[in-house]
Amino acid sequence: MLQPILFALLLLVAFGLFTWQVRKIRANILVGRDRDMSGHFSERLNKTVLVAFGQQKMFKRLTPALLHLVVYVSFLVINVEVIEIIIDGLFGTHRVLRFLGSVYDVMMATNELLAVLVIVAVAAFWWRRNHNPPVRRFTGPELRMWPKLDANIILYIEVALMVALLFMNAADIRLHELRREELPGTFPVSQFLAGLLPAGSETALEVLERTGWWIHIIGILLFLNYLPSSKHFHIIMAFPNVWYSRLVPQGQFSNVESITHEVKAMMDPSYEVPAPPVGPDGSALAPTPFGVKDVEDLAWTNLMQAYSCTECGRCTSVCPANLTGKLLSPRKIIMDTRDRVEEKYNSPLIFHPNVYGEEAKHEPITDLANATLLRGKVTPEELWACTTCNACVESCPVNINPLESIVEMRRFLVLEESAAPNSLNIMFSNIENNGAPWAFSPSDRLNWADDLYVAEKATV
Amino acid sequence: MTPTSSPATPAKRQFTVPTVADLAAQGKTPEILFWVGCAGAFDDRYKRVTRAFARILEHVGTDYAVLGLEESCTGDPAKRAGNEFLFQMQAMQNITTMNGYGIKKIVTACPHCFNTIKNEYPALGGEYEVIHHSTYLQQLINEGKVAVKGGESFQGRRITFHDSCYLGRANNIYEAPRDVLAALDADLVEMKRSRANGLCCGAGGAQMWKEPEPGKKDINIERTEEALATLSGQAAALDNLRGVETERTAPSEHSLQGAIIAVSCPFCMTMMSDGVKNKEQESAVQVFDLAELIASAEGINA
Repeated sequence: MLQPILFALLLLVAFGLFTWQVRKIRANILVGRDRDMSGHFSERLNKTVLVAFGQQKMFKRLTPALLHLVVYVSFLVINVEVIEIIIDGLFGTHRVLRFLGSVYDVMMATNELLAVLVIVAVAAFWWRRNHNPPVRRFTGPELRMWPKLDANIILYIEVALMVALLFMNAADIRLHELRREELPGTFPVSQFLAGLLPAGSETALEVLERTGWWIHIIGILLFLNYLPSSKHFHIIMAFPNVWYSRLVPQGQFSNVESITHEVKAMMDPSYEVPAPPVGPDGSALAPTPFGVKDVEDLAWTNLMQAYSCTECGRCTSVCPANLTGKLLSPRKIIMDTRDRVEEKYNSPLIFHPNVYGEEAKHEPITDLANATLLRGKVTPEELWACTTCNACVESCPVNINPLESIVEMRRFLVLEESAAPNSLNIMFSNIENNGAPWAFSPSDRLNWADDLYVAEKATV
Repeated sequence: MTPTSSPATPAKRQFTVPTVADLAAQGKTPEILFWVGCAGAFDDRYKRVTRAFARILEHVGTDYAVLGLEESCTGDPAKRAGNEFLFQMQAMQNITTMNGYGIKKIVTACPHCFNTIKNEYPALGGEYEVIHHSTYLQQLINEGKVAVKGGESFQGRRITFHDSCYLGRANNIYEAPRDVLAALDADLVEMKRSRANGLCCGAGGAQMWKEPEPGKKDINIERTEEALATLSGQAAALDNLRGVETERTAPSEHSLQGAIIAVSCPFCMTMMSDGVKNKEQESAVQVFDLAELIASAEGINA
């Protein structure tokens, strides 16, 4: 009787804690500016099915795509067994889904095979990250310390969960052999592991089986509560993030409506600028700045993207600026956004901001509370290195858009601080004065058409 | 009728590029506006592309016109650099001009102008059918209006196409320029980083007007090295530089002499040409825009 009560208590605490953490993250995301993302249901559904569930964009590179597919499919399938574990735990039953008969056989066999595949895939992942030199996208100043450790912790936990699952089954097989009972299910892997276990003591086996069972479920519940602090939170956020993808061509940058009103008013004095938004008490709200200085200037979708990032670095590995040794790394911009919002607002259980040293050419930040996203974490040097080529956007398997944040921060630098590089200021004044980004006279604009001839061809 | 004169002395005809204002004075509106763009109007190298494309328009008898002195920068570099205010000023001015003339359809040889007018002008009241010249050339070839013969032969010459970001990833146009090049009957070779994986030339996002940030290399050099290695059949040698996985087999040697890097964007043109010069290959490898290649193959340059 004690075991189900303990189990129920454990479940309650684990899910309670998880909900508490998720609510903090939700609050962090809602710190961002409002952005209407309604409508386009079928288009969004289509994208979610293809890109999120179907992992379409992962398959640009086959090897990591297959390895990831193994872990992803196993996550979905093995979790069916977690349902059984929860029912068993709550009601003191044992392998309650056995009534499924041959379906149960198939389920157990699939789980075991997947568990082995996961161990193989995770070993490959570990190798790709930790051998010397690692795959290039697993390097970089933003991927030291906590992010590096986090990535490895996830791999260790995954292996531990799979090993626990297999030994739980192995002990159960031995136990049933000893009791001369029939064990429901087919166990293609653990039947061999069972041979390694002591055959004599029923108590020892029972302890072993229970230990495997508890490690598996406690491991899962701990992992669940580790997620909100980890890049691994992408297993949840990838889906809403893809759902709320931008649906316009990647080349289309957002329009700043407040500027449109100003420009229209300048061109047409009779144009009426809409009244500025008012607060609930009727007083005018402080005008929102142009562009982005800190996390609350970003749209909520940008903040959600920061929580969907699993720091895989595909964006950075294709970034022309990063490839040629510039400071810019699109992944860092996204990671900085998450670090900043957790630093300033709510942080989940285990929160480690990425502290950059000399390597990222950052000034040491002493006043953490006032160190905004722009300058506090992302330097103008990074922002000005971007060619807006959309390679990062194209490469992201969960449709994160680092380019949007980069351009928004450029807008703040230019429109609020007039802090563009001097050569760009010259380009701006050329456009203003000559209607071209170069210092040419507008009256020469048609000179290219002087003395134009075309060869006459005999008509066919 | 005398027999056709020998091709050594082709007949040529001078023509004046019509402006929209001229046509309006006659009560006419062109079917299609040729948006020249600042690089097309002022950059000495890209002016040759503009002239080649104008010859093609004239050759097929398109009902076109240009805005001439009434054209102004679309505002693309300002917008990418974060100067939204300047962008919108430029956009509104151009939209007022074009709407005033009743422009419905636009063709341009600049992917940046193309992207901005097509995607960013509608929010400001400028709704047009906008096509890039690669798509337009593809249509002319498909319709048989351009036969791609009678001029220079590109048969067997090695050509690699460098994707423009604002045509490719920004607007998903990958096949049109390749279809145009296919009509040349040349030896087309693809760089490993092509189409959606294409590497930027380094000029987008207003980089054209500033020095690059400190780094190990300039982006156009990285890209030119890839183009040259592809053209010479040594692409595998570049594998170590990149994380792109490959299915290419053993490399074969090709002379770079006469090879061509094809581009479809004025900024790519500048960056790739500078890259080829930097690699001291300018006597062997040439950088051409699609319109130049087609005009030349069609034999309408004069």
